[in-house]
Amino acid sequence: MRVLVLAVVAATGAAAAAEIAPGDRRSGYDFAGPESRAMQDDDTANPGMLGVLQGETLWATKAGASGRSCADCHGDARSMKGVAVRYPAFEPALAQPLDLEGRINWCRREHQGAPPFAGESEDLVALTAFVAYQSRGLPIAVQENAELQPFLDLGKELFHRRQGQLNLSCSQCHDDNWGKRLAGAVIPQADPTGYPVYRLEWQSLGSLQRRLRNCMIGVRAEPYEYGAPEAVALELYLMERAYGMPLETPAVRP
Amino acid sequence: MARVLINLPARAKRGEIIEIKTLIAHPMETGYRLGPTGAAIPRDIINRFLCTYNGEEVFRAALFPAIAANPFITFFTVATESGEIVFSWTDDHGETQTEVRQITVE
Amino acid sequence: MDERSPDPPTRRLVLFTAAGLGLAPFAPPAAATPAAMDEAIRMLVGKATVKRGRVKLELPPIVENGNTVPLTVTVDSPMSETDHVTGIHVFNEKNPQPYVAAFDLGPRAGKAVVSTRIRLADSQQVVAIARLSDGSFWSDSADVIVTLAACAEG
Repeated sequence: MRVLVLAVVAATGAAAAAEIAPGDRRSGYDFAGPESRAMQDDDTANPGMLGVLQGETLWATKAGASGRSCADCHGDARSMKGVAVRYPAFEPALAQPLDLEGRINWCRREHQGAPPFAGESEDLVALTAFVAYQSRGLPIAVQENAELQPFLDLGKELFHRRQGQLNLSCSQCHDDNWGKRLAGAVIPQADPTGYPVYRLEWQSLGSLQRRLRNCMIGVRAEPYEYGAPEAVALELYLMERAYGMPLETPAVRP
Repeated sequence: MARVLINLPARAKRGEIIEIKTLIAHPMETGYRLGPTGAAIPRDIINRFLCTYNGEEVFRAALFPAIAANPFITFFTVATESGEIVFSWTDDHGETQTEVRQITVE
Repeated sequence: MDERSPDPPTRRLVLFTAAGLGLAPFAPPAAATPAAMDEAIRMLVGKATVKRGRVKLELPPIVENGNTVPLTVTVDSPMSETDHVTGIHVFNEKNPQPYVAAFDLGPRAGKAVVSTRIRLADSQQVVAIARLSDGSFWSDSADVIVTLAACAEG
């Protein structure tokens, strides 16, 4: 009996924690309260839409040495439909994946000759929200290929790794205890279905990386810097884990 | 100019009571948050909201730091006649932002 | 006395609290007390009695996040020329200061219903008071539980 108990305890700490069955997959929307859901459902009451509007202006704003705006190359923003759900995506020139924010800054540098937006700056979040909004309703569909595999593996390992002073892994809350409460808040499954998200705690739009930093501070771990390879790898794993779920950007979450 | 989202019907029947929803981007800094040096970040909020309908005031609000960031205000008004509905938000610096919407009343 | 918008006392209260914060950076903000809320209400209604009823204050009983709490006040009134709501005032008892918002309306409103989103620093009571065209005051209150967000920034 004791051997069995030890085996169970050991298994909980192991990397192969119970993954959520596909039929049990639920968006953070389902764990949010009715008022937050109502806020998200009405485009004229959703504060995240203010950021989308700002992004719309940025899309048409000329920038950098090139004097080009996003629109000058990409045309109407509707051409971005289907893009956000494929991110993070592999960039061959860097031999690593970029998330959507990274891609936007890549474009600014390479094609606009403009300095990249600062990490988590209001403009970057707004433009990312505007681009992601074009894919609202589409299923998350990050590519699976040989090039991305090592980063996906890293992301998965990070998700299952215990960290911080509280020595908790993401998996322990979000795979093993979703639906239960942590300090009055319901624990969601950590499916990034609506990023950039209007988090009520921030009273502003923010990226998935910002949310991950909050989680890491929550377990008293040193949070990843914006754009760090570990952060992108974790994003990639999370998006792959949420494969098929519809994008809700800009979502409203507590 | 702060981003604004206004929801009101473009057309209404005379006498119909219409709902107006307004949302404006603003951090509504309370004046109670402590900054990185330990000093309080100064208060900076929208403290007045006004709605006029063809020049006549139909709704007014005084806002305090307890109003959440990106102030959201909804109210009702009677669609009396076609014309302009004007919204204005005034902040602690005395600066006002105005938005105008047209309404057709049959 | 202009009873529509209690601005002057609020600014004094806000400035005083902010100055207090400057002197004691590690002290939590001075919280309003139920007494401060009562005083603010008294400044609005004067000697009139505030009656319970006709007003419905809607707030989620358990708030998902105290930074953004949806609130709706509905007042039962025909909103006619002779019988209408002239003002809706919202107060709280435990934020740093007792005022939340003051709405002025009239017969052109059609319906005495306003919604907004507020901040609540702690579990507390929120009070809504409506002033009618006949000079009477009516109120409703709601007790709200506010929890801290898990996994925040600091």
